[in-house]
Amino acid sequence: MKVVGKKTQRVDGKALASGKPVFADDIPKKDFLYLKLLYSPIAHGKIKNIDISKALALEGVAAVLTHKDFKPHYYTTAGQGYPEPSPRDTMIFNPVVRFVGDKVAVIAAESIEIAKKALELIEVDYTEYPAIFDPEKSKDNEVVLHPEIKNDPFLFDAQRNLASRITAEYGDPENAFDSSKYVFEGEYSTPYAQQAHIEPHITLTWLDEHERLIIRTATQVPFHVRRIVGEVLDFPISRIRVIKPRIGGGFGSKQEILNEEICAAVTLKTGRPSRIELTRKEEFFAARSRHPQKVRIKMGFDEKLKITAIDLNILENSGAYGSHALTVMSVTSQKVLSLYKAPNFRVHADAVYTNLPIAGAYRGYGAPQGFFALECLMDEIAIKLQVDPFELRIKNFFKEGDEIPIASILGEGREGFKMILHTTGIKECLHRGKELMGWDDEKKRLNQGEIKQGVGLAAVCQGSGIPGIDMAAAFIKMNEDASFNLMVGAADIGTGSDTALAQIAAEVLEVSVDKIIVYSSDTDLTPFDTGAYASSTVFVSGGAVKKAAEKLRLQILDQGQKLLDDPNAILEKGKVTTGKKSLSYEEICTKSFYTEFQMQPMATASHLSYDSPPPFNATFADVSVDTETGIVTVNKIVSVSDCGQIINPKMAEGQAEGAIPQSIGMALSEYMIFDKKGRAINTDFDSYHIYTAIDMPEIVAEFVHTSDPTGPFGAKAVAEIPINGPAPAIANAIYNACGVRIRELPITPEKILRGLGKI
Amino acid sequence: MMASKMKTSFFDLKLTVNGNEYNRRIPTHIRLLDLLRDELKLTGAKEVCGEGECGACTIVMDGKTVNSCLILAVEAHQTEITTIEGFSPENELTKLQQAFIDDHSVQCGYCIPGMIISGEQIIEDFHRPTRKQIKDGLSGNICRCTGYTKIIDAIENTGKNS
Repeated sequence: MKVVGKKTQRVDGKALASGKPVFADDIPKKDFLYLKLLYSPIAHGKIKNIDISKALALEGVAAVLTHKDFKPHYYTTAGQGYPEPSPRDTMIFNPVVRFVGDKVAVIAAESIEIAKKALELIEVDYTEYPAIFDPEKSKDNEVVLHPEIKNDPFLFDAQRNLASRITAEYGDPENAFDSSKYVFEGEYSTPYAQQAHIEPHITLTWLDEHERLIIRTATQVPFHVRRIVGEVLDFPISRIRVIKPRIGGGFGSKQEILNEEICAAVTLKTGRPSRIELTRKEEFFAARSRHPQKVRIKMGFDEKLKITAIDLNILENSGAYGSHALTVMSVTSQKVLSLYKAPNFRVHADAVYTNLPIAGAYRGYGAPQGFFALECLMDEIAIKLQVDPFELRIKNFFKEGDEIPIASILGEGREGFKMILHTTGIKECLHRGKELMGWDDEKKRLNQGEIKQGVGLAAVCQGSGIPGIDMAAAFIKMNEDASFNLMVGAADIGTGSDTALAQIAAEVLEVSVDKIIVYSSDTDLTPFDTGAYASSTVFVSGGAVKKAAEKLRLQILDQGQKLLDDPNAILEKGKVTTGKKSLSYEEICTKSFYTEFQMQPMATASHLSYDSPPPFNATFADVSVDTETGIVTVNKIVSVSDCGQIINPKMAEGQAEGAIPQSIGMALSEYMIFDKKGRAINTDFDSYHIYTAIDMPEIVAEFVHTSDPTGPFGAKAVAEIPINGPAPAIANAIYNACGVRIRELPITPEKILRGLGKI
Repeated sequence: MMASKMKTSFFDLKLTVNGNEYNRRIPTHIRLLDLLRDELKLTGAKEVCGEGECGACTIVMDGKTVNSCLILAVEAHQTEITTIEGFSPENELTKLQQAFIDDHSVQCGYCIPGMIISGEQIIEDFHRPTRKQIKDGLSGNICRCTGYTKIIDAIENTGKNS
């Protein structure tokens, strides 16, 4: 291959490195209204009275909208395939508020300062209700968060505060546990954590000269935004255009219709262009976060240490609304049961409502929570049985040719599809990682004095898009200088997918990447794509691009053969040739446009996959624990992944290097704290610590090669897999260092000291 | 209800940005970041945290890197400012900007203007900075995509080659 797998510069690199105005908010804003939201200061209650008259009377305030301005309509803010499997429990504004940060009103003013001032002038009287903050107490509590919702097929049981439930069974787990030689069980938990994408949520809306609604927004899901805004505002899809410019990161938080519907409502109400941007503080409580989960796993083994059964029990805290509630824990279950072969298993997962901020999609989407549990438990089992942690894992991994039964039992909100594992490089990942980590050099590790050093590992997997659901399309057309416009719905949110997709097209068409002009994610101009989530873009959208490019290649060949009058002419190296006579792409396209066999060489293709081949990864952590202070320092992380054929090696490395600190943060420093009234306390980068350059350990990110028959050029997904391993590897390394087993993230110095019996 | 009104006072500001002189009557409460982005349409500097913790709004003011979200526009009176746009005025990238592209230091790009300005400062301060010096110098710039590895690579490589 000439382009795929080769170092290739990003198509947007120069614009980004020189600070060009490419992001949502970088356009001139003439006559815009600036929006600010009023949030509930209480965790649960009903608006008795809301008086907006003083705010409206402030000069420069153009509109104030509250629940009184909208017909009640329930929807979900989760940007997922249709019908979304999340509960319909959200209204734009609801007279009942369910967490500190629930939206109460929006102000539209001539400036942000005026909008802020007007916020203070809105008077709201609340009747306060008792609130639930503990997910363990939510189910069957007398406090009910959504008592009025009766007939939503996507809400499991409103009266019991059960947003969603999953149950699945395979084989006969009961009997299998009874006849197992060993049975182990552990309970693990993960907290609310923030995506902390650098660009805040920002949306600009206006009406164009044809009175069509233009939504320029920082989103991962432009087509879902168009559909859901249309539904919520009862406005025709034909009159909505969603434009996704460059995006400053999302990590799942922008797989959400967060403020687009409100901004659009103001524009439709006032006729004015409108802009809403969240402050960093608002990002923490009013956007989305990782679903906290309590995961209990029970595993049975036979005398040969082969797994006999797995029982997986999940309690997920969805917060006040059920965005992504079902599907996040469904991914937890799917991924945990796609790594080791269990002939019997059972899943029971409940997502419950609490009066806390809304959780949502965050890179890994349930898998980090699940693998923290599974891989810590595997470590504990290896230690208890005094067996090699590599061997214990290797003898239980799914092998090539195996069917992964959970895939057909549990899909995305419905039954799934049969999946055979075609490729797995997990053993190679483990071996390579062991070598890179210097696993066996025990003597080099410090074990004297108060600093104890240790190593730990985790094996993990993920998926490549949502099988049978994620659909992507591509359109490609030829220009007379042998360049090609590639139009895709796929949303590059900073991952570099525009570049990877250009590489795929360039490889098929045998041209250099600079000949591919990518335009992505504009609902008027590009074909449909479900969006940037579930590690789907290279695998699913890449499949569409490959097909479209192949069709176009055949067209170019056909035109060349006609123009050369030789049906045996072949296409190679960017020309069609008979061996004696050749026509360049330029000549073929120019003649096709202007003189002979006239037509536009162009092709479209759609792609959907019933396979979602798991990428695999082995992550190793080397940590030092200060047993006097309890402070953990991560010295080194080694992350080796099998992502099939890598399309762009440097970009793939970058995905791993970026995912790792997010997971180190999840292990050690990133967690949201709430006070007794449910108010988020640490809502800035000072008190919510994400890793900075000086905190970073040595990172080694590598890939082993496989070539999956179901992906474009053998590719599997890259984006999420490297985030699953570091947290469990760190927890296991801490145990290895100082003998303290922490099953509840985050691992704080206090917990270490308590584990050591020092406090 | 009587209409109420917010009071705004104004200031006649004079400053040089990227070599161009500007004279503007501005409200006294706006920040330098707002002046750059909204008035002068220089949108390379970004607002991410608004509290000086992330460095996405980094610019150069009288030779020093500063967070433009923490400075009132009036404080920039009679100063000389360079924004990311001033580093490549004719679309000619600096060595460091080119290194960011070559070393794949850019993912989403939102923090990158700040990273590049801090990186240029680190190279100026240390000439051939060590990785430790680079990490220290970047301590005020947050990136959530890259894990910093390739950003540090680009600064280190540019230092070595300068």
